[in-house]
Amino acid sequence: MIKIHNLHATVDGKAILNGLDLEVADGEVHAIMGPNGSGKSTLAQVLAGRETFEVTEGSVDWDGTDLLALPAEERARAGLFLAFQYPVEIPGVSNAYFLKAAVNAIRRHRGLPEYDAMDFLARVKTEMKAVDMKEEFLYRSVNEGFSGGEKKRNEVLQMALLEPKLAVLDETDSGLDIDALKVVAEGVNRLRSPERSMIVITHYQRLLDYIVPDKVHVLSQGRIVRSGGRELALELEEHGYGWIETQPAAPAAQGGRP
Amino acid sequence: MSALDLWRERHRALAPQLPGAGLPWLARLRARALERFADEGWPTSRQEDWRHTSLAFLEQSELVAANAGDAAAAVERLRAASPDGHWLVFVGDRFAPALSAIGALPAGVTLMPLADALATEADTVEAAFGRAEDGDSPQALNAAFFTDGALLRLTRGVALEAPVHLVFLPGGEAHGRHLRNLIVADAGAAATVVEHYLPGADGSTLTTAITRIEAGPDARIDHLKLQEEAEGAIHLAGIEARQARGARFASHSLSFGAKLARNDIRTRFDGEGCEALLNGLYHVDGRRHVDHHTLIEHASPRGTSHEFYRGLLDGAGRGVFRGRIIVAQDAQRSDAMQRCDNLLLSRQAEADARPELEIYADDVKCAHGATVGQLDEDSLFYLRARGLDEPHARQLLTYAFAAEALARIGLEPLRARARSALLARLPGGELLEALA
Ligand SMILES: Nc1ncnc2c1ncn2[C@@H]1O[C@H](COP(=O)(O)OP(=O)(O)OP(=O)(O)O)[C@@H](O)[C@H]1O
Ligand SMILES: [Mg+2]
Repeated sequence: MIKIHNLHATVDGKAILNGLDLEVADGEVHAIMGPNGSGKSTLAQVLAGRETFEVTEGSVDWDGTDLLALPAEERARAGLFLAFQYPVEIPGVSNAYFLKAAVNAIRRHRGLPEYDAMDFLARVKTEMKAVDMKEEFLYRSVNEGFSGGEKKRNEVLQMALLEPKLAVLDETDSGLDIDALKVVAEGVNRLRSPERSMIVITHYQRLLDYIVPDKVHVLSQGRIVRSGGRELALELEEHGYGWIETQPAAPAAQGGRP
Repeated sequence: MSALDLWRERHRALAPQLPGAGLPWLARLRARALERFADEGWPTSRQEDWRHTSLAFLEQSELVAANAGDAAAAVERLRAASPDGHWLVFVGDRFAPALSAIGALPAGVTLMPLADALATEADTVEAAFGRAEDGDSPQALNAAFFTDGALLRLTRGVALEAPVHLVFLPGGEAHGRHLRNLIVADAGAAATVVEHYLPGADGSTLTTAITRIEAGPDARIDHLKLQEEAEGAIHLAGIEARQARGARFASHSLSFGAKLARNDIRTRFDGEGCEALLNGLYHVDGRRHVDHHTLIEHASPRGTSHEFYRGLLDGAGRGVFRGRIIVAQDAQRSDAMQRCDNLLLSRQAEADARPELEIYADDVKCAHGATVGQLDEDSLFYLRARGLDEPHARQLLTYAFAAEALARIGLEPLRARARSALLARLPGGELLEALA
């Protein structure tokens, strides 16, 4: 269970998150929508441990641990996974090496034996089949020259391999064709389980046809301004974000501003 | 007595025993070269080409003899990893026949120690040797004192399949070792030559090494130099190539060792349609210093040169790169591209990268760029977000930066040799072994 309370974050002194509250229980999938620049990726990056953003107020409790006190790599090993909106290209590092290093870092932390080259290959090939990725992507440099959709698949592949406890997907559906979208959604749905929670950031209600969320939140100017069930996504699709402002304030929006 | 007088004295004493002592042309050349060196002295930062790399300290410094250590074991390790090839091993300033294995050579190939060649192939040596006036003063010192090196001569159309491995271990002489290699490829001939300078025991040894390459029409020479000298060593080297019409030349210069290493690498397109690749990678840490000065002369039309240098600068190390490209007026349709990228791994490290293009032709394609930067924060975070700890992430990205230079080395066993030499230098190298 992750409990985000009154989270404020700045970058270069500029306030981006302004008192954000959010709770996601184990086994739940929450969708976050919101206009461009409202702070969705900032929230994702702050959760993953990016130091560029300074948390000035608030707390994040993750199963009783203070998430914000951990460096990024420890969060990852403890089971937090961020699928990046813009996955980074790393020329010179093969995807295979990268994936194996990541899986083994996490297995070590979990007290599991590390994969040797053979076990790893067997495992990664199975997972690649599931996200419909060709084996050649193992031998190319991490994300280098991958198309937008291939990068997103690579993120989903990593998620499947790392079996996170909490996955944050930042616009993993953006730029995908309809087949790729289904592949990504299946990847997410396969991982759904009572212990696992997910935060799915998206601009499109279309994704939520495939990944049915338990809750939908609207983020605006660094705060959750409205929360509801999946029908909220449909309403947003129909009326746009302007519509929110004409509605009575949602409970989540109350008392958040300092 | 000044250090220069000492060199004169040394020469007087040594001259009768130097190889080729009975050859009048060589005796004259050595004498002129010595006078030139005594006249000019060590280069200092007052000279434009030595602005960042003064050798004035050599005036005072005492040279200490080095010890090769277990030369046989070192050579054995190399040979185990690259089974193919023709091996010439030098310890100190002399060829070491017991450690060498030249093997069978196809007809039309001459491969032998230069000291022997002066006895049996004096004309070939004379034609390829160069002049006392060539290069800067250390090159003159080399001409005056050289004792050995290799001669490789390929006649028309002969391709030597397996690489020639020249392995240099330190040892012996306190006044340094002065080595000269001559590579002459006639029309259409092809060869790969590796020059590998291994560390011995420590010591402030001086090495001068001059390699001259003549690539005839449509010949191909791939040259890989791997410099891994001991921490106290001074390594002053020159590689000078001449390319006839359609000749292809690749130079890979990997400079990982020595307290101070200087490489002057030059090539000139004397005929149409030449191609050159100048690929370089250097690593310094501590207070070490590495300097590459390259010059590519597009003296004829339709030549292509690609130059890529990368530097890893750690500790209080310093890396210098100056890359000149000259495109002569009638060298139309030349294509020259040059990049030098440096990675600073510490606050005290320093990089000077200076591209210099002089273009006198109008129909040319030229591009150049130089960067000095740090590890990319986005990449570091991406790796950490996947559970890699920060030191591992840094090592991985550092290696990846350098790997681009390794990837340009065509032959896998040579690439592997370069890779293990690099990994041995980088912290966390063992962790990265699996990268291949
Ligand atoms: N490193 C940074 N430096 C300065 N401003 C930043 C930085 N990172 C984010 N911002 C700003 O913070 C605000 C929120 O950005 P964020 O990326 O979180 O938005 P988002 O909701 O994910 O938008 P999108 O839907 O376009 O992905 C934007 O105004 C952005 O310009
Ligand atoms: Mg975003």
